[in-house]
Amino acid sequence: MSAMDYDDDYMDDDDVDEYDSDTGMDVDDDGEDDYGAGDGFAPVVADRDVKKPYEVDFKVHSTDEIVAFQTKEVAHVAGILGCLPEHAATLLRTFKWNKERLIERYMEDPEGESEKAGVVMDAQKQAKFAIVKGFECPICCNDDADMETLALHCEHRFCRDCYAHYLNEKVAEQGESRRIQCMSAGCKVVVDEITVEKVVAPEILAKYRSLLLRTYVDDSVHLKWCPAPDCVYAIECHIASNQLLEVVPTVRCKCGHQFCFGCGLPDHQPCICVLVRFWLKKCADDSETANWISANTKECMKCMSTIEKNGGCNHMTCKKCKHEFCWVCLGPWSDHGTAWYNCNRFDEKASIDARDTQAKSRQALERYLHYYNRYANHEQSAKLSSELLEKTAIKMEALQSTSTLSWIEVQFLRKACDVLLESRMTLKWTYSFAYFLSRDNMTALFEDNQRDLEMAVENLNELLERPIPGVDVASTAATTITPQQQPSHHHVNNGAGTPTSMSKEPSATSLPPLTPSHSTPSVLVEDSIRDLRQQVLDKMGYVKTRREVLLSDTTQGLREHRWGMNVDMKTGILFD
Amino acid sequence: MALPKRIIKETERLMAEPAPGISATPHDDNLRYFDVVISGPQQSPFEGGDFKLELFLPEEYPMAPPKVRFLTKIYHPNIDKLGRICLDILKDKWSPALQIRTVLLSIQALLSAPNPDDPLANDVAQHWKENEKDAIQTARNWTAQHAHA
Ligand SMILES: [Zn+2]
Ligand SMILES: [Zn+2]
Ligand SMILES: [Zn+2]
Ligand SMILES: [Zn+2]
Ligand SMILES: [Zn+2]
Ligand SMILES: [Zn+2]
Repeated sequence: MSAMDYDDDYMDDDDVDEYDSDTGMDVDDDGEDDYGAGDGFAPVVADRDVKKPYEVDFKVHSTDEIVAFQTKEVAHVAGILGCLPEHAATLLRTFKWNKERLIERYMEDPEGESEKAGVVMDAQKQAKFAIVKGFECPICCNDDADMETLALHCEHRFCRDCYAHYLNEKVAEQGESRRIQCMSAGCKVVVDEITVEKVVAPEILAKYRSLLLRTYVDDSVHLKWCPAPDCVYAIECHIASNQLLEVVPTVRCKCGHQFCFGCGLPDHQPCICVLVRFWLKKCADDSETANWISANTKECMKCMSTIEKNGGCNHMTCKKCKHEFCWVCLGPWSDHGTAWYNCNRFDEKASIDARDTQAKSRQALERYLHYYNRYANHEQSAKLSSELLEKTAIKMEALQSTSTLSWIEVQFLRKACDVLLESRMTLKWTYSFAYFLSRDNMTALFEDNQRDLEMAVENLNELLERPIPGVDVASTAATTITPQQQPSHHHVNNGAGTPTSMSKEPSATSLPPLTPSHSTPSVLVEDSIRDLRQQVLDKMGYVKTRREVLLSDTTQGLREHRWGMNVDMKTGILFD
Repeated sequence: MALPKRIIKETERLMAEPAPGISATPHDDNLRYFDVVISGPQQSPFEGGDFKLELFLPEEYPMAPPKVRFLTKIYHPNIDKLGRICLDILKDKWSPALQIRTVLLSIQALLSAPNPDDPLANDVAQHWKENEKDAIQTARNWTAQHAHA
């Protein structure tokens, strides 16, 4: 049973405002694992192990499922209200798919609600084409006697061509669908689906329908389109906005893209959305660096070269032109006369304050750079992962041809690369998280977890980069050359070479299947490979465990409000 | 491309029965481009000034709004340094049933009733909110300096 075929249990819900209007499911916003509690939301992870504290339930829906669900809802409401499905659909969209609120309001005031939504139930009032004698269209000023005209129930009449142009402009150019109004200035009557159908060309109608379809997901806080380019899936996740302070709702689309349901960015566990936002803003804002430069460097008044202040002494000498000046007032040092030890052109208090501000600014910058460098390092290493993956692919090939290991048995290398990457991403975000932590015993525990994962990751990385004893990657590649091939044209990839140079060479797929040169691998090599495999599996398992420990504990800590934050969660301004 | 009947009719009417305090004259060589002059409304800080504007009807007109811009410098919270105007009917509230005449009348009304809560020129809006009297005096000075016929 999926979230989409929920049963009509809305009657059980007496508080309409609590009702989740988006997918027609009721949702407790208390963050407890209440799935399957009679609301039709089946536990998505039922076939997996027990859910970890940092994992959330979600479901991936295809476009067809989204359409099917809307159709079902529409049919249901049309049945209750006794109206056309098009009208029920327009009403539902107006009520953002909150079915019972719609039904309740509609029962009270059918005409009023229909009018607000731009629904014309009365067939008599439905927009009809008519040829009106002596009519001049107020928009194009045409008054042809046989011109087709159209008026919505507001009786604002225009020619059909103008309506067609108008709808084209709204749908194709402005991407509007459900709120297109009558062409008359200030008239709020909505152009209903049936009228749109009658007026526009098929391709515009198709665009209109797909826009309407998208509004279903866009209107719902519990549905999001996967942000991967051209991905057609939507993710359903029931997470309340206040829960975003406690967990990063990472979801995985069927296309493979992993992203945060809260903010749409790629997975950023364990750093919660709001801190990610502050952090990215800080990184984008180079004012930090600018501050430092202004606090620690000045320009020589004579030659304009930049001078960095590196001691406490105010007597500066320009390295370039040997000009001597005072750091505090920037005046020539000679003007200071006998008071050479102290600038008396500024009062002492001001000069001390200036130095204090400078010191503070420098300290803040150094703290930021500490976290930023580590954050950036993991990002950089993760970017190099494609290289590691290619190298690993070559190794895997070499392993298969050197040992008796089967294809499936050498997959551990690939798996290890994935684990490594995932953990680097996690580590990266631990540094942005740590930047916002205030220093206390708890922070020390967090940093222990961070350090353990960091070490585990570097060990695994080192092992994966290490050459495998007895397995010559280069010679393995070379063995693929047969006498029919011209060896001089074949670029031997020794594993360390650039993969791009390989791709310029004749395609490897055109070569005959691998024929290992070592048809009988020595027992020694075989042993060393088995040994390596065990080592990689062990280290990979350890990395996974450390990552789980870190993520679980961080999430747990967020729930228990164990982490002291040194940032104002509203403004993103750091406390002193 | 021939000028649409709508534009011909609108132009004829603008010339035959101009709105009070507003003149709009199309260029001979481009009938979609108008020289506009709006007189500063009475009892506004723009009183006594003649404000030049340019108005252009894009290809999609009237499905898309006309493009209008002040050419005369003006101190107004909804008009920026480049003369661009913040007016809802020139953007999302545009309806093809609106006309050049209605647009110019709306701009004239905007001169009578500046709206510092929906500003385009932030510094001017701030001035207007913090010290309306002083802002109005600045607007008067600008009118005398830049918009005198
Ligand atoms: Zn028309
Ligand atoms: Zn109307
Ligand atoms: Zn996807
Ligand atoms: Zn997020
Ligand atoms: Zn110098
Ligand atoms: Zn000095």
